[in-house]
Amino acid sequence: MNILVCIKQVPDTTEIKINPETNTLMREGVPSIVNTFDSYALELGVRLKEEHGGKVTVMSMGPDQAKAALKECLSVGADEAYLLSDRAFGGSDTLATSFILASFAEHLEKEKGKFDLILCGKQAIDGDTGQVGPEMAEHLDIAQVTYATDIKAEGNKTLVKRENDQGYDWIEVLSPAVITVTKSGFEPRYATLKSKIAANKAEIHVLDSQSINIDVEKCGLKGSPTKVKKSYTPKKENNGIIINEETASASVQKLMSLITDKKVI
Amino acid sequence: MEITNEMRDLGDLIEKYFKNEVDPVVAEYDAKGELPEKIYNDLIEMGLNLLAVPTEFDGLMVDHKTETYIAEILGRHDCGIASAIGVNTSACATMNFFGKDEQKKDFFGILTSGKLAGFCLTEPNAGSDSASVKTTAVLDGDEYVLNGTKCFITNGGIAGVYIVFASTDLSKGTKGLSAFYVESDREGLIIGKHEDKMGIRLSNTTQVIFEDCRIPKDHLIGEEGKGFKYAMKTLGTSRNFVGGMAVGLAQRAIDECVEYAKSRVQFGKPIAYKQGIQFMLADMQTQTAAARELTYHAADLIDKNGDYEMYVSMSKLFASDVAMKVTTDGVQIFGGYGYMKEYPMEKLMRDAKILQIYEGTNQIQRVVISNIMLSK
Repeated sequence: MNILVCIKQVPDTTEIKINPETNTLMREGVPSIVNTFDSYALELGVRLKEEHGGKVTVMSMGPDQAKAALKECLSVGADEAYLLSDRAFGGSDTLATSFILASFAEHLEKEKGKFDLILCGKQAIDGDTGQVGPEMAEHLDIAQVTYATDIKAEGNKTLVKRENDQGYDWIEVLSPAVITVTKSGFEPRYATLKSKIAANKAEIHVLDSQSINIDVEKCGLKGSPTKVKKSYTPKKENNGIIINEETASASVQKLMSLITDKKVI
Repeated sequence: MEITNEMRDLGDLIEKYFKNEVDPVVAEYDAKGELPEKIYNDLIEMGLNLLAVPTEFDGLMVDHKTETYIAEILGRHDCGIASAIGVNTSACATMNFFGKDEQKKDFFGILTSGKLAGFCLTEPNAGSDSASVKTTAVLDGDEYVLNGTKCFITNGGIAGVYIVFASTDLSKGTKGLSAFYVESDREGLIIGKHEDKMGIRLSNTTQVIFEDCRIPKDHLIGEEGKGFKYAMKTLGTSRNFVGGMAVGLAQRAIDECVEYAKSRVQFGKPIAYKQGIQFMLADMQTQTAAARELTYHAADLIDKNGDYEMYVSMSKLFASDVAMKVTTDGVQIFGGYGYMKEYPMEKLMRDAKILQIYEGTNQIQRVVISNIMLSK
């Protein structure tokens, strides 16, 4: 299988703080990681490769430092890594980003042949929109399945286990397709010391807008219909009450008395 | 000491693994006194047994600074596991220094197939005094026949291959010692009792007994009679691993103490406000920082092939003494809770003690250091 995995380097949100004056993320000194859902997508891709043969290519868009994230991917099973880096892409919203990534994928296909599957995380943990993967599928005009927790390839069919509110569906999809992946039942593997050393020495192919021959009018701020008017930190509401009595019935009684005291019911 | 990006990259991987997979279960397996199979498999999968295996034999062969850095990280999380890796690295060092290419291929092949190595020098009556080694190796045709009992062997029950020091001439004391490598599945190699230890309880420590154990003649490493020299040369570099572990252990204890001192309230305030505690913390950190610099300096000297022997002994001696002092003070800062198994401090103190004893006692290190000083 010829698999492409799209990854994003994001700040580790478990350690992120917000500047209370400017309401922007304080990125300084915050470690960067591969977006968690993208790691699950990569793990699924590598498992498919291990079972059926083929190749896993990873690509990312971002500044030069995103090479570190791509190297991390190489250390856990990706075969080749491409970074798309250009100032013209700065300020892209999800529409522009998905257009750039779709063009990037099409460009890579000239070299690598058609991708059977393009895997993405269901969303990035910094932007949390969940739009880029599905929009990419639209730009490429191919099928898409979202919220995948497992993928099985059988002949030329691909079966995707899709999480929904009630449980899950198994969806059959024809290749090529974009599949966005959520947390699966298995954890992404650890690198080995050897694969780390090899990934450190590996070359990351860096491309820019010219090398993929993209219409820059549709990229960056110019290509982004979304305008951010204001960003702010929601006020923390600290007036919740935790009821934790010794028994469940005592907790319910306390809850009921609180509600009736306030004359809510 | 500069930590390079390459070092940090490897370190971060190990740190992440130990934080997620080892820390949560370490107290449980410390109580049981065993290394869980899953963790053993993961360590091998990660390649921690290949740190000192040359790249031409499919190993990693990291430099000593990197090795020390890894020892420090392992020491932070568990000195038992660190000991398993450290001893494996020592065994590799003997082979690297003195083995022939064919022997290396054979020996390192066992490691790359997913095994650890052990290092069999100590015997019930031969601790610091290697001249009292009673295990013998007698040449019989194309084979050596080994007889004797080795004790306190780290990885004893789990290693795939051992470096073994045995006497080929008992009348010559240390000058009769020779070095061999012996695969664990050789007939006549018997795993003896599993030792119930005070600390480093996740490491596997057993007797290794040889009863008419026959090995091919070509398993002799180097020349007959040079075994003691080889052992000293090996330990002369590999004991820096202990220095690294000790620094990691001490720093862990300090970090635990800082956190505890800020949260433990007595007399209406966190005990961190007490100057008595503050001064203890300051001394602990100062000593550990000094031990760290000494240990990395020794590693740097090995990498640069400088006069490292005295510095390696000083690093092992000083860092392990610091680890003992720091963990003892750590238990004191934790007070009654420090003495309880529910808290991490008592394990750190138990683990620290062995660092002053194995890989050459700290008394022997002082002998090494003063001998070098006085022979100039």
